[in-house]
Amino acid sequence: MGIAETYSRGRRFAIERPFVLVLAVIAAVLIGDLLLGIATGQTQFADIGTLVWDGLMRGLVIGLAGIGLSMTYSILNFANFSHGDYITAGAFSGWATTYLIAGLGRADVGALLLVGAGGSVYGGALDIGMLSTPLAVVAGIVVAGGFAIVLSLAVDRTIFRPVRNEDGITLLITSIGVAFALRYLMQFVFGSDVRGTTAQPPSMGLYLVDGTVFIDAHDITLLVVAAGLMLGVHLLLQRTKLGKAMRAMADNQDLALITGIPTERVVRATWVIGGGLTGVAGYMFILWKGTLGFNDGWLLLLLIFAAVILGGIGSIYGAITGGLVIGLTASMSVLWIPSAFARAAAFVVMIVILLVKPSGLFSGRATA
Amino acid sequence: MSVRDDLAARMPGGDAGLIVFVLVSAYLLYILAGIGLGYDLRGQLNSIATLTFYIGVFAMLSLALNLHWGYTGLFNIGIVGFMAVGVYVMALVSKPVFVPGGAAQVGGLGLPLWVGILAGMLAAALLGLVVALPALRLRADYLAIVTIAMSEIVRFSFLSGELQQFSVLGNTVGFGGGSGLILDFVPPLQALFQSVGLWGVYLGFVDAFQVIVPTNPKPVVDGIVYGLLLLGFVSAFYWLLKRTGESPFGRVLKAIREDEDVANALGKDTDKFKIKSFMLGCALMGLAGILWLIPQGAVTPNFFRPRVTFFIWIALIIGGAGSNTGSVLGGAVFAAVLYQGPRYFQNLVSAVFPNLGSPAGFGQAIGPLISQLDPVPLLLYTVDSIRQLQLVVMGLVLIWLMHNRPDGLLGHRKETASVISLSRPKTMATDGGSVEGGDDE
Repeated sequence: MGIAETYSRGRRFAIERPFVLVLAVIAAVLIGDLLLGIATGQTQFADIGTLVWDGLMRGLVIGLAGIGLSMTYSILNFANFSHGDYITAGAFSGWATTYLIAGLGRADVGALLLVGAGGSVYGGALDIGMLSTPLAVVAGIVVAGGFAIVLSLAVDRTIFRPVRNEDGITLLITSIGVAFALRYLMQFVFGSDVRGTTAQPPSMGLYLVDGTVFIDAHDITLLVVAAGLMLGVHLLLQRTKLGKAMRAMADNQDLALITGIPTERVVRATWVIGGGLTGVAGYMFILWKGTLGFNDGWLLLLLIFAAVILGGIGSIYGAITGGLVIGLTASMSVLWIPSAFARAAAFVVMIVILLVKPSGLFSGRATA
Repeated sequence: MSVRDDLAARMPGGDAGLIVFVLVSAYLLYILAGIGLGYDLRGQLNSIATLTFYIGVFAMLSLALNLHWGYTGLFNIGIVGFMAVGVYVMALVSKPVFVPGGAAQVGGLGLPLWVGILAGMLAAALLGLVVALPALRLRADYLAIVTIAMSEIVRFSFLSGELQQFSVLGNTVGFGGGSGLILDFVPPLQALFQSVGLWGVYLGFVDAFQVIVPTNPKPVVDGIVYGLLLLGFVSAFYWLLKRTGESPFGRVLKAIREDEDVANALGKDTDKFKIKSFMLGCALMGLAGILWLIPQGAVTPNFFRPRVTFFIWIALIIGGAGSNTGSVLGGAVFAAVLYQGPRYFQNLVSAVFPNLGSPAGFGQAIGPLISQLDPVPLLLYTVDSIRQLQLVVMGLVLIWLMHNRPDGLLGHRKETASVISLSRPKTMATDGGSVEGGDDE
């Protein structure tokens, strides 16, 4: 009886959700392959540890930048393709500040402000890092956030507001125009070369079963900044009136309007919070990976979209979780597939989620 | 809308007249620019051939996109991925078999070119099916994200070393990785004319051309003939899409664009219609990609950056989504003004002011403006980096269009599905009907 019931329930499940079953099989195969690798000594625990740590860091950046995207996606109802270039813009403004403070008197001011365009100044030569030049880095973080806020407010006021009442696709196409204009304007100013920005930061080795996992000072900085900001956003949304208004607007805009919520002010607050987080995320991303190019934000954007959709549009916890999953996928997929396909693996995860659970892990359109 | 009506009304010959007018003015402009640049006849002919080529490819691609977005309402921003798959599969099938020590690092299957083109289109259509299956049932913006992610996956895959070289049926084949592929088969024009037995006639025609261009006329003639061939393909695309749009199949597509739930409620399996339309458009995009890259003689994965998709979207939006005539028009305007225009402007400036050195970077360009109020270096730098600024301008044009003319020059016409005209006769105006008649929006 019990067995028969279990069997029929299992059969119903297999018929109704075939994708889930296929996924479970694939996951089992992957895990089995990994265990086999560990058992035969081909894969080391320390390697896995390094990849997990790398994925965690990547995931924090994606999650932090994803919060802003998720908020504008749910409150303003459009997929903002210029978000990636806000990341780059924040990064460039922040790094210009860092270079200026760290290198003042040691190099030409123009070269410093252009973040060493054309190889005029090197970040390594200026010995930039969290421990070596803490003031420059902190100032850079603040300026990156501030500049991204100003930029997103200015773009919203001049470009998005006139078409805000159109449908989401109109806004989406407009945002693609913004993205290209911003990206190539930055290339015009800062040049197209990818530059190294930091000196090698001091790191410590954690012993793990059969090897060491290295964690450096910039990893810790990223962890602290990202976790702090995420906690801050959580408190803001849950504890303040503004947060409540935002959640109401994400839920039902018309209802929010008749309830007397000043929607235009809430929209502005959304851009301020989202833009600020995005700019800081851009700065931290560059601090963590140590190189800066004008395409960085755009390349990250698709992963951010994947994270936001994975987590469920509108949910900041979803964006954070999605970011971590996507980051871990992109990093850990090299255990199974060639590294050239790591990015593809992250997109595949997103597509799979669209198939299985289109509304995302934290489904529902509430900024909570 | 009123501006568009005025345009169409003022133009003798309607839409066709408008296209002819735009093309003629574009060519006149380029001939004038050529005179300004001091081109000889050969240069002029080359410049016209290049312009025709770009008008051809952009018109084809925006026609294919019009099937997706204008007819069916599918928001595809991964066009370049379908082009890439078309081109690479075509190369894989049609490149000559690998011989050690040859110029090419990898070979192909050595099949005729037309087999390769068909295989490329088929591969693009199948990729379209794979993308469409998960995404079509979801919102339009999800399809957008999935398609653009797909186009980047395709680019990274062709860039990767893993697919650089592999073996099929005992032949060493591959996609060449980051260093790209040489398309070392028989040139397409030669293949075309040989297949209809006119290659000798064509060579005779080229020789006759020596009257106009005395030395080595073949590249010039090839360029012009290829441009004309592309215009022929544009007409074929146009005809195909017009037929598709007017067929019962096309009427369902338009119904889906307007309101999918209604189409569904009327018993149409909208998913199936959307997938078919998507696959057809993808195949056409693959073909357009092949036609774009064949004459270049080589292909690298980084050609297929998302910016090409962006170009095609601008072309479609300039012309107006939903209108085939508008797509062709948009392709022509985009190619002539936004794509080739800035490059000609740059050439013109350097022809008028030869040997002006330009600053190496933005720093050297802006420095004199700040210290001595000298704007010349900045202007020089601006002209020198016009290829980047071109994209800034395109972005601003796109924003402007979305603000002021979201329907483009000839956009979103309501094409009635009925066989007879549904508009009220003008004499009905006496009993309260509108004098203008309501047949157009």
